[in-house]
Amino acid sequence: MSAVLKKLISQPYKHGFVTSIETDVAPKGLNENTIRMISAKKNEPEWLLDFRLNSYQAWLKMEEPKWPNVHYPKIDFQAISYYAAPKQKAKLTSMDEVDPELLRTFEKLGVPLHERMALAGVAVDVIFDSVSVATTYKHKLAEVGVIFCSMSEAVLEHPELVQKYLGTVVPTGDNYYAALNSAVFTDGSFCFIPKGVKCPMDLSTYFRINTEESGQFERTLIIAEEGASVSYLEGCTAPAFSTNQLHAAVVELVALDNADIKYSTVQNWYAGDENGVGGIYNFVTKRGLAKGVNSRISWTQVETGSAITWKYPSVVLRGDNSVGEFYSVAVTNHRQQADTGTKMIHLGKNTRSTIVSKGISAGRSNNSYRGLVKIAPTAAGARNYSQCDSMLIGDQAGANTFPYLQVRNHTAKVEHEASTSKIGEDQLFYFAQRGIGAEAAVSMIINGFCKDVFQQLPMEFAVEATKLLGFKLEGSVG
Amino acid sequence: MIDKASKTLLEVRELRATVNGVEILKGLDFTVKSGEVHAIMGPNGSGKSTFAKVLAGHTAYEVTAGSVRFEGKNLFELAPEERARAGVFLAFQYPIEIPGVANSQFLRLTYNTMQAQRGQEELDPLEFDDFVREKMKLLDISPDFLGRNVNEGFSGGEKKRNEILQMALLDPRLAILDETDSGLDIDALRIVSQGVNQLANRENAIVLVTHYQRLLNYIVPDFVHVMEAGRIVKTGDKSLALELETRGYDWVAAERQAAAVVA
Repeated sequence: MSAVLKKLISQPYKHGFVTSIETDVAPKGLNENTIRMISAKKNEPEWLLDFRLNSYQAWLKMEEPKWPNVHYPKIDFQAISYYAAPKQKAKLTSMDEVDPELLRTFEKLGVPLHERMALAGVAVDVIFDSVSVATTYKHKLAEVGVIFCSMSEAVLEHPELVQKYLGTVVPTGDNYYAALNSAVFTDGSFCFIPKGVKCPMDLSTYFRINTEESGQFERTLIIAEEGASVSYLEGCTAPAFSTNQLHAAVVELVALDNADIKYSTVQNWYAGDENGVGGIYNFVTKRGLAKGVNSRISWTQVETGSAITWKYPSVVLRGDNSVGEFYSVAVTNHRQQADTGTKMIHLGKNTRSTIVSKGISAGRSNNSYRGLVKIAPTAAGARNYSQCDSMLIGDQAGANTFPYLQVRNHTAKVEHEASTSKIGEDQLFYFAQRGIGAEAAVSMIINGFCKDVFQQLPMEFAVEATKLLGFKLEGSVG
Repeated sequence: MIDKASKTLLEVRELRATVNGVEILKGLDFTVKSGEVHAIMGPNGSGKSTFAKVLAGHTAYEVTAGSVRFEGKNLFELAPEERARAGVFLAFQYPIEIPGVANSQFLRLTYNTMQAQRGQEELDPLEFDDFVREKMKLLDISPDFLGRNVNEGFSGGEKKRNEILQMALLDPRLAILDETDSGLDIDALRIVSQGVNQLANRENAIVLVTHYQRLLNYIVPDFVHVMEAGRIVKTGDKSLALELETRGYDWVAAERQAAAVVA
C-alpha cells in the first residue's frame, strides 16, 4: 500500500477521550441479584422484573452464535459491570442542573444539550453509560401528543404502552445477545407517535460509553400508531480503551396501519487501534414490525466504528402493501470486523422491500454482508430488490457477501445484484495525473460508491456521514 | 511550429529507472522544446511506456540515476499531482475505470484544480457544462459521455477519446500520449488525431509514444526517435518512421553494430 493510502486510513479517533466524572458502577458479574439490583435502582414494576428474570433464564440455556464471520476471544460475562451511571441529583428539573462536565462532554462531541443551542428541529435523548441524562424538547413534543423520553422514565410513566409493546418484535429468547439485553438493559429511548401525528421534529438519541469495564445494554422502542410518521436518528461514540467493551442493544419498531418510521444510524464506536487492540463489540438486534397495512419501515445505517459489528436491522412485513427498506454503508479499517446486513420477512400481500448495501474494507479488516429475503406462502405479489456492492482499499482487506433467499410464493419477484471493486494504486495514479490528490480522489470514489445510501440520510446526518467517512479513510490510501 | 522563440520544456539526462528491481531505462537522453511534436517508437519492451510513466511519477517505478528538468524545475521533487498541475499530461495507454463517479463530476474537479493552480476562475456545474460541451463538439465526442461514470463500460476508442477530452480541458504544456493509437479503428484514429492537432501550439509540446507509423500520417512529428533497451538509439525526422515501417527495428540495431565495428 502506498504511503498516501496509508496516511489516509490512519487518522486518529476523535472521540476517544474519557470524561472524568464520579460514576456509580455496579460490581462486575451477572446473576439474578445483579438483575434485581438494576430493577430496584430503577423502581421498576414487578412485571418488568419478571420479564428480565425470564430472559435471564432463557439466556443461560442459549449459546453464543458461532455463524458470524468474525473472530474474537471468548467473552467473560462475569468480568463486565452491568450498570454504570454518573452520580447526579436525584431528579433534574431543567438542563441547568445537568453536571457541567457532562454538558461539556456532549458539546465536545457536537451534541449540545441546551435547547437554546441545540440543533434546530432535532430533539435529543442522551445516554451516558447505562442511563439517560437528558432529553431535549420533551415538553414541546408533548403538546402534539408525542412521547419522547428515556426508557426508564417510560416504564414509570407510561407502563401500559411499554408493557404492550416491549418484546413483541424481538422476543426475549430471540437470540443470545437479545436475551442478554432483555435481562440487563439499563436505559434507552422510548418514542410514541399517536394516531395521525406527523412528528414535528426529528428525534435523536446519542449514546456514549464512558466507563472502561461496563457494558452498554440499551433498549429502544418506537411506536408509530395509525397514520403517524417519525424520523429517528442515532449516534454513538466511546473513549479509546485498550480493553473491549460490549454493546448489546435491542431496538424494536412498531408501525401500525399507514404509519411510517425512518430510523437512521451513524455508528462511530471506538474501533480499536491499528493492531486491533481495544474497541467495542457491537452485537445489536434491531427489528421493525410493519404491522399495519401500507406501513413503512426504513433503516439507514452508516457503520464506521466498533472492533466487531454484528448487526442485521430487519423488517417483518406483516401488513399488506407494507414496505421495508435497508440502506447501509459499512466501513472497516485496520483490524475491524463487520458482519452486517438485514432480514426482510415478507408475510403480507404485495409487500415490497429494498436492500442497498455498500461495504468498504481497508487495512486488514474484514467486511461481510449477510442478508435474508424470505417470502412466505402468504406473501402473494411480494417484491424484493437487493444490491450489495463491496469496495476494497489496498490489498489486505477482505469482503464477503452471504445472501440468503427463501421464496415460497411463486408470484413473488426477487432480484439480487452484487459487485466488487477496488481502489488501487492505479486509480489513485489516474486521479493524481489529473492534478487530484489522494484524499480528494478517495473521497470522490467513496462518495460515488455510497451515493445511493447517503441520499437516504437526513440532511445534517448526510453531511456528518460524508465527513466521518473522509476522516475514517484518511490515511487508508497510499 | 518550431521557431526562434522556442524554449526548452523537458530535459532528460542519463535517466535510469527500475521496476521490481529490473532496470528498464538505461541512461536515456531526451530534450523537448515548446512547439515541437516528437514521436518515440521502438519494439515491445524497449521502455517507451515506462518512460512515459516515470515522467508522470508512477510509484511502481524507481528512478535510480539521472535527471529530468521540466521548465527548469527538477521534476522528481514534485509529487505526481504536482507534476500534473505544473502542466505534464499523460494520456494513458489503458485508462482506468472509476465506477460510481460521474465523468462530468470528475472532469470538473480536474479542470477546477488546474484553474485554481493557474489562479484562474473555477467554474460551477452549469458553467462547466456549457464549457465542456463546446470542447466535446470540437472533438466530435457524444454528450452522453458526461452522464456516464468515468471510463466505465467505455469501448477502447471511447476511453482514448475521453483522454483527449481531458487533454483539451487541461491545456497542458507537455502532453505525452502513450499508445493512444492502439486499438483505434481508422475513424477513431482520425478523430483523435484531429483533436491533438487542434491542441498543438507554439507554447506546448507533444510526445507520441507509438508502435505504428500510421498515426504519424495524421499527426506529423518534427522528430522521430527509436528506443531500444531503455535508451534512445536513433533520432531522425518523419522519414525515419517510414523507413522503420518498411525495414523494421532490427535494421536499426544492425546499423549500430556495423557502426561500432567501423569505429
